Amino acid sequence: MTTHAPAPSFIRRLLSGDLPRSRILTVILIAIVVGLVVAPFLVPGARSLNTSAKILIFIALVASYDLLLGYTGIVSFAHTMFFGIGAYGIAIASTRMEPGWTALAVGTSCAILLSVILATVIGLFSLRVRAVFFAMITLAVATAFSTLMSQLSEWTGGEDGITFKMPTIFQPAYRLFEEPVLGIVINGRILSYYAILIAVVVLFLLMLRIANSPFGRVLQAIRENPFRTEAIGYRTVFYRTIASVISAVFATLAGVLMAIWLRYNGPDTTLSLEIMVDILLITVIGGMGTLYGAIVGSVVFMIAQTYLQDVMVLVSKASEHIPLVATLAHPDRWLLWLGLLFVLSIYYFPQGVVGSLRDRARGT
Amino acid sequence: MSKPVTAPVTADIPRQPVDWLPVALPLIVAVAAFPLVGNPWTWLTLTIAGLAMGMIIFTVSSGLMLVFGLMDVLNFGHGAFIALGAYVGLAVLIPLTPWVEATSVLLNSAVFALALCAGVIVAGVVGFVFDRLLIQPVYGNHLKQILMTTGGLIIVEQLIRAIWGAETVSFNLPASLRGSWLLGEAAVERYRIVALGIGSAVFLGLLLVLTRTRIGLMIRAGVENREMLEAMGYRTRHLFVGVFVVGAMLAGLGGVMWGLYLQNFTASIGAQINVLIFIVIIIGGLGSTTGCLIGALLVGLTSNYVGFAAPKIALFSNILLMLLILLWRPQGLYRVVDR
Repeated sequence: MTTHAPAPSFIRRLLSGDLPRSRILTVILIAIVVGLVVAPFLVPGARSLNTSAKILIFIALVASYDLLLGYTGIVSFAHTMFFGIGAYGIAIASTRMEPGWTALAVGTSCAILLSVILATVIGLFSLRVRAVFFAMITLAVATAFSTLMSQLSEWTGGEDGITFKMPTIFQPAYRLFEEPVLGIVINGRILSYYAILIAVVVLFLLMLRIANSPFGRVLQAIRENPFRTEAIGYRTVFYRTIASVISAVFATLAGVLMAIWLRYNGPDTTLSLEIMVDILLITVIGGMGTLYGAIVGSVVFMIAQTYLQDVMVLVSKASEHIPLVATLAHPDRWLLWLGLLFVLSIYYFPQGVVGSLRDRARGT
Repeated sequence: MSKPVTAPVTADIPRQPVDWLPVALPLIVAVAAFPLVGNPWTWLTLTIAGLAMGMIIFTVSSGLMLVFGLMDVLNFGHGAFIALGAYVGLAVLIPLTPWVEATSVLLNSAVFALALCAGVIVAGVVGFVFDRLLIQPVYGNHLKQILMTTGGLIIVEQLIRAIWGAETVSFNLPASLRGSWLLGEAAVERYRIVALGIGSAVFLGLLLVLTRTRIGLMIRAGVENREMLEAMGYRTRHLFVGVFVVGAMLAGLGGVMWGLYLQNFTASIGAQINVLIFIVIIIGGLGSTTGCLIGALLVGLTSNYVGFAAPKIALFSNILLMLLILLWRPQGLYRVVDR
C-alpha cells in the first residue's frame, strides 16, 4: 500500500473511501470508465453501442446484487423479478399513458413502490424463519411472478412483450445538433446512452456509499458471522431485510434503465432464468463483496457474450461432421458453457478478478 | 432371534406425545374443499388426483429432505435428477413402443418397471458424480452450495437439451395404465392409482429403513446431531454419500413417474419442479419424513382443488399454502433439526 500515491481527497470522498486498492485494478477501472464514456465515438455502430449500454445497465444490476450476495451473504433468486418490475413499470406506464416524462416518473415510482413492498414481505417472511430459506422462497416467488407476467398478456404483452415510445429526446430520430460532432450524429440513441451512463455512475457511487457506511459494515459482519452479530446487538433479520430492500430498489432502477434503452420489454429480456445466471456469474467472476467486481465482470461478460457466440457459430459450423462437438458448440448451448464456467469459477476462482488483484497488491 | 434376557419392563421409556394435528391437515383441507367443489364425484376425482400428485411429489422430495436434513446441504440441483429420470424413462419407453402398445399387462408392466429401474440407476450414478464434483468441495458452506448446485442444475439441464433436444417431448403411458376406472360417477385414472401405490411403498420403505434398521438409526441420529454421531466414532462421510445417492435415485424414480404424469415436458421440467420441492420441504420441516409426506399431499391437494375452483389464483396457491403454514409453525410442520 505504501507504494501507492495517495489519491486526491475528492476522489477518496467520491468513492466513499473504498479505493480499488490495487494498481492494476485502478488502471483497468480507469480504462473501462474512459472507454465507456468515449465508446459512441470510438467504436461507432448500433451493435457496439448496444453492448456498451448493456454493460452499463449490468454494472448497476450486478452491483445491486453484490450488496446482497457479496456483502450480506444471502442468495436471492428474485433479483430478475425486481429488474423486471422496473422494466415493466416503464413499459406499462408508457403504453397506458401518454409516452413522455410523466409516464417515466409514474412508472418508476410505482415500480419502486411495488419492489419495496415485495422485498419487505419476502425478507421478513423468509429471513425470520431461517436465512437459508430465503433462496428457496425467492425462487418460488420469482417463478410465480414470471408466469404471472406472461399470463397478464393484456398488460404485459405476454411472451411477446411490448414495445413503447420514449420521450422525444430519447427517440432515435431526434437530433441534438444539425451537424455531426466528431463525425457522429448526436441522435436520441446517443443521448439515451449518456443519460444511462450518468444514471449508472450515480447509482454505483450511491451503492459504494451504502456498502462503506456503518450500515454496510453490519451487513459484512452478518455475512461473516450472523450469530455473533446478533449477539453484539444487531437485529440480523432487520438488517438483512433492509439489505434486500435496498438491493431490490437498485435492481428496479436498473430495470428502468433497461426499458429506456431497449424501448421494449418482455419476459426474455428481464425475467428469464438466463439473466439470473448472468448476474450470478458476473458477480462471482468480478469478485463477490467488492462492488468494483460488477464493473470488471460486466465488461468481460458482455464482450464475451456478444462476440463469443459468433465464435460458437463458427466452431459449430466448422465441426459439422463431428456430431458431439457440433452439438455442444451450438450457440443454443451457450448456457451450458456459462454453467461450467460458473462452477469452475466458484471452485478455482472464488475471489473473482477484483479479489485476486487486491490479494496480489497486498502481497499474499 | 433370541429371547429378551431381562424381564419385560412394564413402564415404557417416556415418549414425546405424537403430534397428530399435522397428520390431520390433508384431511381438513380435503373436507374444507368439499363445499368449494360442490359436486361430490368431482371432489372425489380431484382428491384422488391430488393425492396421486402429492405422492409423486413426495417421492421426488424425500431425497432432498434427507440430504438437507442429514447433511445440511442445500441442493438446488435436485431437480436435475428428476429431469434425468423423466428423460431416461422416455429413452426406455420410446424404443420399446411395441411393448408399451401391447395389450398384454405383463409386457406393459415389464416396460414400466424397466423405465423406473433405468431412471433410478442413471440418477444414482449421476448423483454420485454430482456429490463428488459439486457437493464435497463446498461442504459446510451454504452460500457456495447454493451457487455450485445451481450451476450443476444448469449444466445437467443443458446436457439433456444437447442429447434429447430442446423441444417438448411427449410419450404414452403403457397401454394398460391408460384410461380410467369409474367409481360411481367419478373417473379415476389408473395411472394415478399406480402412482399412489408406488408413492406409498416409497414412504413405507423409507419409514421402515429409518426406524427399523441400524443404518436408519444412524441417519436419524445424524439428522438430529451430526457432531455427536461423529464423536461416537461413526464415519458420517460414507453415510452422506449413501444418503445422497439414494436421494438422487428416489428423485430419478419420481422423475420417471412425474414425466409419465405430465406426458409432455421439456428439459426445464427439473427447474420447474424444484420450486414445488422447496415448498414441500419448507412446509414439512427439515429432516422429517412424515412432514415431507404431509407437505407433498397438501401441495398436491391444494393444486388440484384450487386449479378447479379458482384457476386464476392457482399460480399462487402453493406459495399461499406455504405462507399459512409458516405463520402457524415457523419451523415447518415437524421440527426435527435445530439448526
